[in-house]
Amino acid sequence: MNELDLSMVNWAKAQFALTAMYHWLFVPLTLGLSFIIAFMHTIYVRTGDERWRSITKFWMTLFGINFAIGVATGIILEFEFGTNWSNYSWMVGDIFGAPLAIEGIVAFFLEATFFAVMFFGWDRVSKGFHLFSTWMVAVGSNLSALWILVANSWMQYPVGMNFNPDSARFEMQNFWEVLMSPVAIAKFTHTTTSSFIVGSLFVITVASWYLLKGRHVEMAKKSIIVASVFGLLSVGMTAVTGDQSAVVNAETQPMKLAAYEGLYKGTKNAGIVALGILNHDKEPGDDADPFRFEIKIPSLLSLLAKHDTNAFVPGIEDLVWGNEAENIVGVDAKMNRGQQAIKDLAAYKEAVNKNDSQSAELFLTRFNVNSDYLGYGYLQSPEDSVPPVETTFYSFHIMVMLAAFFLFIFVAYLYYSIKDTLERRGLLLRVGFFSFFLAMIASQAGWVVAEVGRQPWIIQDMMPVHIGASNISAGNVQTTFFMFAVVFTLLLLAEITIMVKQINKGPEGV
Amino acid sequence: MVEIIKKVYSFYRDGFSRMTLGKTLWKIIILKLVIMFAVLKLFFFPNFLKTNFENDRSRADYVLKQLTLQGPETLSVKEDL
Repeated sequence: MNELDLSMVNWAKAQFALTAMYHWLFVPLTLGLSFIIAFMHTIYVRTGDERWRSITKFWMTLFGINFAIGVATGIILEFEFGTNWSNYSWMVGDIFGAPLAIEGIVAFFLEATFFAVMFFGWDRVSKGFHLFSTWMVAVGSNLSALWILVANSWMQYPVGMNFNPDSARFEMQNFWEVLMSPVAIAKFTHTTTSSFIVGSLFVITVASWYLLKGRHVEMAKKSIIVASVFGLLSVGMTAVTGDQSAVVNAETQPMKLAAYEGLYKGTKNAGIVALGILNHDKEPGDDADPFRFEIKIPSLLSLLAKHDTNAFVPGIEDLVWGNEAENIVGVDAKMNRGQQAIKDLAAYKEAVNKNDSQSAELFLTRFNVNSDYLGYGYLQSPEDSVPPVETTFYSFHIMVMLAAFFLFIFVAYLYYSIKDTLERRGLLLRVGFFSFFLAMIASQAGWVVAEVGRQPWIIQDMMPVHIGASNISAGNVQTTFFMFAVVFTLLLLAEITIMVKQINKGPEGV
Repeated sequence: MVEIIKKVYSFYRDGFSRMTLGKTLWKIIILKLVIMFAVLKLFFFPNFLKTNFENDRSRADYVLKQLTLQGPETLSVKEDL
């Protein structure tokens, strides 16, 4: 077999990251703004106040622009699966087929019916049905996201499946186990609630700009009230679901948790680093201090991750080399089992080819004993199981710090809105104007934590990233990487231009 | 039934014909889909396994080979028994 070109894997990873991050510029705004529009529309229907109709239509137009530019950008990820990640794509086809098919069907019917009624239905259908359609767009868009998040969660925590060595595929055994896995629930709830923050801050940003310019003041103030109440509730929900994500990570992906906390040596009463600068030269296993500077809150990590201040939280070194006292098996032992699984798989295939059913059965039984560690068999050393700690740590802390900042923004905006003095708070409005852009950074950082933090796995414990890649040249991927970069930049410029033009026109322009 | 179909048709027809900004957005969507499917998918993103292998059996064999040959050196069946 030809040696796999590792630079191809890196280019394919970069291309996937570029595509996913670009796609994620649009998705959270769609998820969040759809509910804000539904709230505004509800206020209009309940009060009959025409000003709320105008407000709803204005934000609905901006929602439409974002949706139109963003729609189908995720399809490119599927193209990449077939070309760059063919081994992986083949192996997970059975698992991903059902969720992605449901997503496609939901999206089609949603867009063909309720989207059309939401945009075209003013004075054409009853107010009740029109409002129902707006709510269905909000609920449906978020449900549509559920299925792709379920697929992603399965990669982080592969359950409800069995590996079939004849078809070389993971086959779904229990759809509900896949759908209702704790990782899927935590990921869906955390992703959607954090997207509600993004949508709320988009409204805050645009409305702040109007207030700073003294334009459309009443519309801006009314919009801010809806956005800050929804945003405040969403920050609370995001905190709860974030805590749930940490608990799930501690259980299913402890290495990721250790990486985003910068925890090298596990301990009881583990503290959480509220603010810190990592020691760039630190390597797992050496005596160097992991931090150059840190502000730590004692026992909080144990409390958040295990809901017990005395609980032991394993560090990177415990997970790599094992910790007998805490009953943690090291990667070395897992690598041995993984290598045995690979050998037994090869032996099984050879026996099948020779029609030696007795040997085949024996090797299959042996393979199944170690198959949970299959992915470890491809690692070259135990240290390969450690994700990039700095990227994961800083992304996580940027996300959390920005979430705290958003809480301040929503509280401040709501407080001054109630006092009706927001227009006079120039500094706050200037800070608030930048909040949407910061929200996008926080949202992207969240995905960096989720995806970089689970390296080296494309399927947790079962398959490292390089095994999932196609055996193609790096040049092919480089070409399309730069093509995407150009196409995406043009699309983004189109969105910004159209959006800014529409915002400039204001509610009268819709 | 025919009446309902007529109403739905006129709803969509009027909706599309009254669009202003929507027309620009539809042009962008269509252009984007053409670039994606008629250019990118067709010329730059062939499905690796579908292009190089004729049937699912040979695709499965290839993937399994990738899985087993990229791991540790395989032992012979009889030795390992």
